[in-house]
Amino acid sequence: MRRSMLFIPSNNPNMIVNGGVLGADSLIFDLEDAVSPDEKDAARDLLQHALEAVDFGKCEIIVRINGLDTPYWEEDLRAILPMKPDAVMPPKVCDAAYIQTLDEKLTELETEFSLEQGRTKIIALLETAVGVENAYAVAAASPRMAALFLGAEDLTADLRCQRTKEGGEIQYARGRVVCGARAAGIEAYDTPFTDVQDLEGLERDASYAKSLGFTGKACISPAHVSTVNRIFSPSQADIAYAKDVFAAIAEAKRQGKGAIALRGKMIDAPIVQRARLVLEAASEIEGVDYLA
Amino acid sequence: MRKLCDTLRTAMEKAGLQNGMTISFHHHLRNGDYVLNMVLETAAQMGLRDLTVNASSVFDCHAPLVDHIQNGVVTGLEANYISSAVGRAVSEGVLAKPVIFRSHGTRPSDILSGRSHIDVAFVAAPTSDPMGNCSGKYGPSACGSLGYAFADAQRADKVIVVTDNLVDYPLTDASITEDFVDFVVKVDAIGDPRGIVSGTTRMPKDPIALKIADYAAQAIDASGLLRDGFSFQTGAGGASLAVADYVKRMMLERKIQGSFALGGITGYMVDMLEAGCFKAIQDVQCFDLRAVQSIRENPNHMEITAAQYASPTAKSTAASNLDVVVLGATQIDTDFNVNVHTDSNGYIIGGSGGHTDVAEEAKLTVIVAPLSRARMSIVVDKVLTVSTPGKSVDLLVTQYGIAVNPARPELAEALKAARLPVKDIQELRQMAVAINGPAVPRLQLTDRVVGQVLGRDSRVQDVIYAVK
Repeated sequence: MRRSMLFIPSNNPNMIVNGGVLGADSLIFDLEDAVSPDEKDAARDLLQHALEAVDFGKCEIIVRINGLDTPYWEEDLRAILPMKPDAVMPPKVCDAAYIQTLDEKLTELETEFSLEQGRTKIIALLETAVGVENAYAVAAASPRMAALFLGAEDLTADLRCQRTKEGGEIQYARGRVVCGARAAGIEAYDTPFTDVQDLEGLERDASYAKSLGFTGKACISPAHVSTVNRIFSPSQADIAYAKDVFAAIAEAKRQGKGAIALRGKMIDAPIVQRARLVLEAASEIEGVDYLA
Repeated sequence: MRKLCDTLRTAMEKAGLQNGMTISFHHHLRNGDYVLNMVLETAAQMGLRDLTVNASSVFDCHAPLVDHIQNGVVTGLEANYISSAVGRAVSEGVLAKPVIFRSHGTRPSDILSGRSHIDVAFVAAPTSDPMGNCSGKYGPSACGSLGYAFADAQRADKVIVVTDNLVDYPLTDASITEDFVDFVVKVDAIGDPRGIVSGTTRMPKDPIALKIADYAAQAIDASGLLRDGFSFQTGAGGASLAVADYVKRMMLERKIQGSFALGGITGYMVDMLEAGCFKAIQDVQCFDLRAVQSIRENPNHMEITAAQYASPTAKSTAASNLDVVVLGATQIDTDFNVNVHTDSNGYIIGGSGGHTDVAEEAKLTVIVAPLSRARMSIVVDKVLTVSTPGKSVDLLVTQYGIAVNPARPELAEALKAARLPVKDIQELRQMAVAINGPAVPRLQLTDRVVGQVLGRDSRVQDVIYAVK
């Protein structure tokens, strides 16, 4: 379950130690933009020790490493991999070759550290025009690929346009990232909403992202986590409808009927699949097994 | 009859101030107060010695008090709160006699009952007329409520009003009236407005404080007390203020019409009053300019006395009508005892203020605190000083979960039903140790008592020892 992914600067001990209680499904420990070049070593050490010592509860652990065009990324991986993060997030991913290079390095280090091969997943951050254009190729580049994540701040700089709250300028990129991810059978995560105080704007932005097909959204502030979680959770109406779908299937089976209708609409395979996803998500959030 | 004196010294001489007497002060001018220092300086010039200072609170601006203790002008100190500048000197043993700590409610109770006698009360008044009708609502040093000064004015043998804004007789909207006042002195300034009230009280942005506040607000909701007629007190500290914000949102969303807000008042509580969350504010002390403006202009923003606020011997008080209070803690132990007097090194850094009073009186007492601050565990096995006994505390809310006092099993059930993260306080303690490591015992105290903390029954509840 990854509705909210919260960025935590890897050079902030107080934020790191409290990361597990901020309500996010995933924590992205950032070694890239949040850490200045002269603090990279210190942040890496701090994060390494924190991942070893701190209990982050149920949170998924993601580490945003430095880009493959920097001198830091291999050291990042060497320090972090033994701590068994769930995934690494490379920035400014441009094409499939980028992912394949990273994949090879991960395989090499997993062997060196006697870790299960392929255990470290990749969430690719697409934040350049070329990266967005190559969304599907990136998504399909490795079995490690778990998700695509759109980064709109760098992208709009690359597109030479103004970043706005309404987000018209990233409409195309959002659609392409969702489509590329879904075509490869992986998840898609939306860019953070950057106005920390504007919770109404966040609500609109996150709802729109959900309507496009995104699985969840990144947050740069803990204050955004609960809103994002709520929007990307199934609503009570969604859950009720999904339950009705399975009840109708059971009833049709009992009566020996082939075609099944619910509220005047035929229940076909995509509807069943969507209902299943809704109930799986609701079960995980609420700790109740709706599919039992 | 002429009450107006040319100088403070004249007023003090006319009041008959002598060696060995007790003089009193209120703390409405907070860390901007000039009056306590001014009076002690004059007393020193008059050659007076062996005075006892009974102040509702002592702030860092009162650091010269330490010199007057060292040179024998002052030999006794009684207060509800002493911040670190004077607190450190007391902890290091500057006074031969222990400091007496009371709560904001017990102080007026003891004064009005005669248990605590005051010879001369000094009332710093932002506005006064020549006969001593005075107010905190007006003037360049306006501080709003004068709640803590009433008992002193009512029962001291002599009362001296010190003002920097003398107006024509009669001041029509007076708080303390002329029938209690013996002398009036006009001085250039009674305080520094920058230290008296803050310009604005800001909502915290710290995510941990917000997380704690979110849990606390949900716990208040789950308690069943958040309904029409709700009454509420919260401090001006980060997480406490954030709780008010979450509670406000719930009240507005569900159109809950509360009864009153109580205590030290910030602009944030004024916003809640004006938004219709409460019918009234009962204000014993203003914390910021917005609160001062409101108490001056809004008839539903009432000034109350400290006795009316929380005296344990009053026939009834605002505190005894209170539903929910949200308070902080320097330390809280696994028996829910709270320390707000001393830091982890044993130095005096504060005091109960109204903590002990409202915790005992409110239907629900919520302590909000992070599990640790700067790698010091806030949840400890045993607090260094019992400021508020654990039996008065219902909930401890941290970012890692909520501990419910075992004496309130029904509350624990209500919180669990609301799917809040209820944890045993021992579990929170263990988590604190796991995060911070076990504390290395470096605390070095002597067996000499430098402070007596009185409970609400006016008996000694705990003592504070001198630091080595």
